[in-house]
Amino acid sequence: MPTVAPLDLDGHCVAAVFLNDVPHFALADGAIHRLDNGHKTVQANDGLLAAFHDTANDRLITGGEDGKVFAVKTGGEASELASAGRKWITSVAAGPQGAVAYASGKTAFVRFADGKIKEFAHPRSVEGLAFSPKGMRFGVARYNGATLHFPAAEGKPVELEWAGAHTGITFSPDGAFLITTMQENALHGWKLADGKHMRMSGYPGKVKSLSWSVKGKWLASSGAPAAIVWPFASKDGPMGKAPLELGTRGNTMVTCVACHPSQEVTAIGYEDGMVIAARFADAKEVLLRRPGNGAITSMMWDKEERRIVFGSAAGDCGVIDITA
Amino acid sequence: MSDAQTQIPVTVLTGYLGAGKTTLLNRILSENHGKRYAVIVNEFGEIGIDNDLIVESDEEIYEMNNGCVCCTVRGDLIRVVEGLMRRPGRFDAIVVETTGLADPVPVAQTFFMDDDVRSKTKLDAVVALVDAKHLPLRLKDSNEAEDQIAFADVVVLNKTDLVTPEELEKVEATIRAINPAARIHRTQRAGVALGEVLDRGAFDLSRALENDPHFLEAHDHDHDHECGPDCDHDHHHHHDGHDHHHHDHPSDIHDVTVKSVSLRGGEMDPKKFFPWIEKVTQMEGPNILRLKGIIALKGDEDRYVLQGVHMILEGDHQRAWKDGEKHESRLVFIGRDLDEERLRKSFEACQAA
Repeated sequence: MPTVAPLDLDGHCVAAVFLNDVPHFALADGAIHRLDNGHKTVQANDGLLAAFHDTANDRLITGGEDGKVFAVKTGGEASELASAGRKWITSVAAGPQGAVAYASGKTAFVRFADGKIKEFAHPRSVEGLAFSPKGMRFGVARYNGATLHFPAAEGKPVELEWAGAHTGITFSPDGAFLITTMQENALHGWKLADGKHMRMSGYPGKVKSLSWSVKGKWLASSGAPAAIVWPFASKDGPMGKAPLELGTRGNTMVTCVACHPSQEVTAIGYEDGMVIAARFADAKEVLLRRPGNGAITSMMWDKEERRIVFGSAAGDCGVIDITA
Repeated sequence: MSDAQTQIPVTVLTGYLGAGKTTLLNRILSENHGKRYAVIVNEFGEIGIDNDLIVESDEEIYEMNNGCVCCTVRGDLIRVVEGLMRRPGRFDAIVVETTGLADPVPVAQTFFMDDDVRSKTKLDAVVALVDAKHLPLRLKDSNEAEDQIAFADVVVLNKTDLVTPEELEKVEATIRAINPAARIHRTQRAGVALGEVLDRGAFDLSRALENDPHFLEAHDHDHDHECGPDCDHDHHHHHDGHDHHHHDHPSDIHDVTVKSVSLRGGEMDPKKFFPWIEKVTQMEGPNILRLKGIIALKGDEDRYVLQGVHMILEGDHQRAWKDGEKHESRLVFIGRDLDEERLRKSFEACQAA
């Protein structure tokens, strides 16, 4: 029977992650709480809006209302990486070789590991950012499509067009597909080899959480009363195929998904704070946490695949031990 | 589980550069009124007040991908409101300042069309600042100044000290011609009581038309009476010079392309009225800037109130008709290229037998 070690915090949890196996909770006020032989806190941004877990460097990149970008490492170290003026930093991402991208208004910035910063001006707001897993390349979600930049080289960006406002972005782990979340209740995808479009619609709500399964064979998503899991194993992705619907509930919506690191299983968090795990093969479900006070906003598995750290919009966060 | 969190009211401030928006914002931010405001501006510019709750945001108009050209939202507001609402304890209300040339419609529609924004905030009122001296020129320049007035719930007619009383009367008559439903305040240096622009509940169906006890009655009572939709005015002034009977006709004032159509009738047959208003907003939506109405439905104890922005229509039962209150239906459309005759006839055809 899974057990939950709760951590009740005061405020909206933007990101719940493990850094060096220590659970960390980044709140909207910029305080980073951690359970490291007791409850400890370090302050990052003055108002935290965006966070991204940099797997390669085991750190959390944050951006906020103060126009600053921080890197938070385990042990309570929060260091300022960059500052972009008075505008909010609305999106952050981490890439290869210690590179970090962040967005402020219509500009995307890339900060390389040596501290050099490169600017990428756009005609419209930069809504979302993601690095490709391969090569020094990053994508920007924007109005009417996405733009791919190659920050280490000169040269023109690649423009991918699709009408509508694209708000979030992710590359598949093999770099073959680019997926965006949209202002409308849909995902859009491009097969990067040939630019083929993929429309993934039918959601009753906006999609705010995406998670790739092991080896990128599936893409789990929120925005419906079930986790919608699209098959990406074939070369054309999910086109012409129906997604899995896991953990369907009648009275609430899925707000967060986090795929298991090595098995075809996803953790599913709901608007009422409940968390379950569901297996793709047979849709079998296990209850991990009963409903709480706020919508689940963030989840992550630990390296041992034993614990899940979760955060909620109401601050009732915690760590689930699935083996206990 | 989203507990029944109260929705934060949002005031939208429109007006041309130099009309006095910054002055009014400074007052909202600095006066001792016991409330805290988060202010979303396009540029920090001249506000000159250091405040964590002033957010600079680039106006970002997004067309919704549903094939409807008037379905636009402010994408940047969705993000900023979401960010602000993650820490709701910091402020009591939000003010959105638009650029001088801004179309107020996408701002307003954001608060109806985006589910996340709508669940946490509610549009309180659209306030237009108008420079008394330069309005005639602005109206010649473009449609924006006219749109801002047409769309407003409250018009602050500012810089009245820079014009003669005759010019002022004419400017006010122009505003009335564009928007007979708005409340007008004459001011100097944006010196309007803040209670007249904030927390108006103009989009709140239960309050909206209660604020305007004479909603749509202007053309019914004596033309030299000093009561209008703005009769809770702090300093009354005479409307004698106004051509009230022109309110629901195409304006004869030069450079005005917006007109209003005011309709009134008896009790409506709900089986006819609802399909009709749905159809009108679907077909005429792009031409309708605002619509407001109080409808008497046959066999219904309650007043039914309606409001709309382009194709967005909201309605609800408001309260029971009072004893002796006349069960009549009143509806006003403000927009362009409205076929008044057809609207009137089809509206009247919805009356219960």
